[in-house]
Amino acid sequence: MSKQQNTLMGWIDDRLPVTQTYEKHMSKYYAPKNFNFWYFFGVISMLMLVNQILTGIWLTMNFTPSAEAAFASVEYIMRDVEWGWLIRYMHSTGATFFFIAVYLHMMRALLYGSYQKPRELIWIFGMLIYLLLMAEAFMGYVLPWGQMSYWGAQVIISLFGAIPVIGEDLTTWIRGDFLISGATLNRFFALHVIALPLVIVALVVLHLLALHEVGSNNPDGVDIKKHKDENGKPLDGIPFHPYYTVHDMVGIVVFLMVFCTVMFFFPEGNGFMLEYPNFEPANGLKTPEHIAPVWYFGAFYTILRAVPDKLLGVIAMGAAIAILFVLPWLDKSPVRSWRYKGMFSKILLPVFGIVFLILTWLGTQPASGMFLGLFSNGTVAVVSTIFYFVFFLTMPIWTRMEKTKPVPERVTGGH
Amino acid sequence: MKIGMTKLFGLLAACVPALAAAAGGSNIHLDEHKTDLHDKASLQRGAQTYMNYCMGCHSLEHSRYNRVAKDLDIPEKLMLENLVFSDQKIGELMTNAMRPEDGKTWFGATPPDLTLVARVRRPDWLYTYLRSFYEDPSRPWGVNNVVFKDVGMPHVLADLQGRQVKGTAQVAVAYDTLTGQEITEEKDGVLYIAEEGTLSAAEYDRLVFDLVNFLTYVAEPIAVERERLGWWVLLFLAIFFVPVYMLNKEFWRDVK
Repeated sequence: MSKQQNTLMGWIDDRLPVTQTYEKHMSKYYAPKNFNFWYFFGVISMLMLVNQILTGIWLTMNFTPSAEAAFASVEYIMRDVEWGWLIRYMHSTGATFFFIAVYLHMMRALLYGSYQKPRELIWIFGMLIYLLLMAEAFMGYVLPWGQMSYWGAQVIISLFGAIPVIGEDLTTWIRGDFLISGATLNRFFALHVIALPLVIVALVVLHLLALHEVGSNNPDGVDIKKHKDENGKPLDGIPFHPYYTVHDMVGIVVFLMVFCTVMFFFPEGNGFMLEYPNFEPANGLKTPEHIAPVWYFGAFYTILRAVPDKLLGVIAMGAAIAILFVLPWLDKSPVRSWRYKGMFSKILLPVFGIVFLILTWLGTQPASGMFLGLFSNGTVAVVSTIFYFVFFLTMPIWTRMEKTKPVPERVTGGH
Repeated sequence: MKIGMTKLFGLLAACVPALAAAAGGSNIHLDEHKTDLHDKASLQRGAQTYMNYCMGCHSLEHSRYNRVAKDLDIPEKLMLENLVFSDQKIGELMTNAMRPEDGKTWFGATPPDLTLVARVRRPDWLYTYLRSFYEDPSRPWGVNNVVFKDVGMPHVLADLQGRQVKGTAQVAVAYDTLTGQEITEEKDGVLYIAEEGTLSAAEYDRLVFDLVNFLTYVAEPIAVERERLGWWVLLFLAIFFVPVYMLNKEFWRDVK
């Protein structure tokens, strides 16, 4: 560590490890030099988190969290607040892109085995972030107090009613009322703007601390710390700053182009980001024809609906999320990256990605519709749900069975 | 390492078509409304129709008079004199004097506020709905609607459109390729004008078009400015991309 004497920085460093921290996490954090396209989505998730927090702060300045005034206050933001429309669209579009980034980030981990030993804790912190993010997004969607806010909340909260014995009391406790009401809106506001963001930010810090403790994985899944130069620096590693800061900037600018195209030209996302019925104020006496969750919950909603029994459906949905937590212990492969895994992984991992997309799509569609004009949505939902669980539950078998390729000593495909 | 720019863009863009298919919808055919928010004259005519025929029952409670005046290039004085039929001030929200409970008594349902109706129902639906009233003596107001069955609203624009009925009529199904004449066929359950109103069919369509255009504007008054600004932001990002890309290239030149 370079210690500056008799300077302001030296004075501070004697009292607070600023330089040391900066070096540990930025200028002397050695990241593998062979990161590819998939590695942009961690930093993009972070960008979206910052976007949500900043725009969220400005939205709270003009939002009124009451059943009587919430809907009108959103329109007030859209019309009368200077740049309010932009802040609101950044927030609503940001939610969608946050989830796109997080899903791609998770798929990256799946492909390259980034959850494997010694990175299990990073994965678990990541899963906790994902879980809280879903709660955060759900509560945020209730706040504009439109028809979908109301009825979406009605459907999701009623799921807890499926729990035997305590179910009904539990839903009342969550709502703070016998039905969705201003009390629900108020507590969701508190949780959405204070409680959950605080915990999410803390978990992101833990996610990064755990990552920087063991070092980043890479598309080859090889350990770059095995080969170091005479100064003890990994031969295949480069300092995060400046190499990956300038590199991530390229990905961020391209991402922002896509983000801004959607935000400025399709802010409703064709009814998938801002659902059309949500432009109508909440009305507890008028049930919308088709209640669908926002697209990013689609996969789990489909799994819920695929099971005919309500309680079993709720259990299946919970299990679909819970099983992701133990992924590091389901993968028994001696290698990390799918590049060196066997045939099963090479087929099943992409198929899993496609099945997850299908599940997501079905979640936004009426259960009675047809999929590609061939099968009923219900049938496809059941088959996809079965695949989802079989994929994870049999993973210990096929990852052990398949013949892996030898992993190279050093990373390949460097610059 | 490889940057794979086209790949990055490709995959992100691939996420967008997932949002591209329309969600839900009924089976009734809707006529397309070619919304044009840049046509100020159309928006002004739409505002005029709205204030004269709709505002009495349907407020625009999230919108302000002066915002509409400004966006539609209507001088505030003219707006107050000709389009504000109450003693409201120019900066006020566009509410009306009808009490919700009266509306419920008179029409069976309180006439909803229409500020956001174009975002809920979509322009195509509104354009078709307002042209699909037909005579039905079984209904309290003597009219029904093809798009909105048993609607509580009377046909407020009936004087303009005339008496539209649903029945058997000659409908053009094709054009003779040689003579260019219409080939007609007798069809059941079609709407036709039994008695002309003060407007011709084309004029009435135009009036409804303008009205829906106005409702689309008022549902999202920032839409035009949003797109205009969007092009500038994208242009900035495209230019900003060049130094960012070159900076990255410069730094990575010595990474082997």
